[in-house]
Amino acid sequence: MTDWSTASAATVAEAVCTGQVSARAVAEAALARIAAVDPRTNAFTDVLGARALARADAIDAGIRRGEAPGALAGVPFAVKNLIDVAELPTRAGAKINRDRAPAARDGALVRRLEAAGAVLVGTLNMGEYAYDFTGENVHDGDSRNPHDLGHMTGGSSGGSGAAVAAGLVPLSLGSDTNGSIRVPSAFCGCFGLKPTYGRLTRAGSFPFVGSLDHLGPMARTVHDLARAYDAMQGEDPEDPVATTRAPEPALPDLEDGLGSLRVAVAGGYFARGGDPEAFAAVARVADALGATRTVEVPEAARARAAAYLITAAEGAALHLDRLRARAGDFDPAVRDRLIAGAMIPAPHVERAQRFRRWYRAAVLDLFREVDILLAPATPCRAPRSGQKTFVIDGVELPVRANIGLFTQPLSFIGLPVVVVPVRLDDGLPLGVQVVAAPWREADALRVARVLERSGAVRAPVAALD
Amino acid sequence: MPNPEAPTTEPDLAAYAAAAAPVLGLTLDPAWIAPVVANLRVLRAAADLVAGFPLPDEAEAAPVFEA
Repeated sequence: MTDWSTASAATVAEAVCTGQVSARAVAEAALARIAAVDPRTNAFTDVLGARALARADAIDAGIRRGEAPGALAGVPFAVKNLIDVAELPTRAGAKINRDRAPAARDGALVRRLEAAGAVLVGTLNMGEYAYDFTGENVHDGDSRNPHDLGHMTGGSSGGSGAAVAAGLVPLSLGSDTNGSIRVPSAFCGCFGLKPTYGRLTRAGSFPFVGSLDHLGPMARTVHDLARAYDAMQGEDPEDPVATTRAPEPALPDLEDGLGSLRVAVAGGYFARGGDPEAFAAVARVADALGATRTVEVPEAARARAAAYLITAAEGAALHLDRLRARAGDFDPAVRDRLIAGAMIPAPHVERAQRFRRWYRAAVLDLFREVDILLAPATPCRAPRSGQKTFVIDGVELPVRANIGLFTQPLSFIGLPVVVVPVRLDDGLPLGVQVVAAPWREADALRVARVLERSGAVRAPVAALD
Repeated sequence: MPNPEAPTTEPDLAAYAAAAAPVLGLTLDPAWIAPVVANLRVLRAAADLVAGFPLPDEAEAAPVFEA
């Protein structure tokens, strides 16, 4: 008998469409599992039981009337709490934001997923204002890694990773400015998609760094990731950077295999500065794809430094009024970084933006020679909760600022990335970034599917029971 | 982030933070100075790293960033 609470989105949608199970029964199963498990994972900040059941009933009623329920019929999902949900203040992980007026309507991606039949069951824990790689939150408590509750989920979309890995929902949404979808996907052992900058609308979400912010899905199968991604594409005049390109669905070609795609491992910067296991995970994926070529992403260290500067400066500018009025209500680690960010001399930020243009052109040149780059997602497995420093290449570094050293140079120029989860042993998972050229999400998803079919990557529900 | 190109003499970042705070309309609790300075140090190293890359005067930032 199918356990609907941990079934994949595709399994749920097909069963709901064919009348094998009602959307209501699926929603009830998800809500029951959240109630039973989430006290341990702390992934959810709001559970929207009444809303979810009403929405599920509406889907079931539509099916009885003969209406087509959509590609995500009855699929429970949850969103990082920086995405608007009607009637809730959009807290973005912050104490300060709880005083905001409730959102008048759902964020654009919530509306698009629900238009495809999905059922929102709650909002998810996150690092304050998304300035975080740990998944820790001083106000709501830390989200905890379902594969080992004593370890970090990664952040800032920590609840999004924990909820999917714990089997509380088959699908979640996160945001990624410097790695905040990719890091928790890696630490929690999920698939995650950070699309091309501008691909998915961010309307109705609380910003962090406008020129770097992306929204995207996390799931336990590549098919689910692609199904959600396809449902969310499309232009949106309410997001000034949302693309006007026509949607390019990933599902139709998902099973087409590698074909002529040229795959290379990112060397240089991406081949040092991490635990050997991080590179072993990349080698596992490269072997499964038959990829033997290595290429160097030029000036990746400088790209990371430039992303770091732009993030601090833009983030500080966004929050300056709150820093003036309510500095004491911030998470201290976020506050101190934002205050320092406000003090960056303007020429340093302008230089970083100019470098960004050079770097973008250089990396696009690289994509003339290859279609897919492979790189580690993080320099290590999930650190212990509360861990402040780690040792990388013999140097002790602060955890919070350095978890994203392999993700930042890629989001800096908006490249699409699918994180695939690798299990090298019985320990915590690791993630590998499958990186494509701008607007080639479908290629990255195809490669991820090849890897999933080969058994090289997988995202089982964590053994919490 | 370690940066071999960073200057070896560090300016007085605590004095800089104390002077910049009122310019920005910020009030710094004395306990925040040390962590703010630690962050300024990291940011300065990042700025030095970026500045170490030669860019022609004509290399303008893209007014709208699109991948």
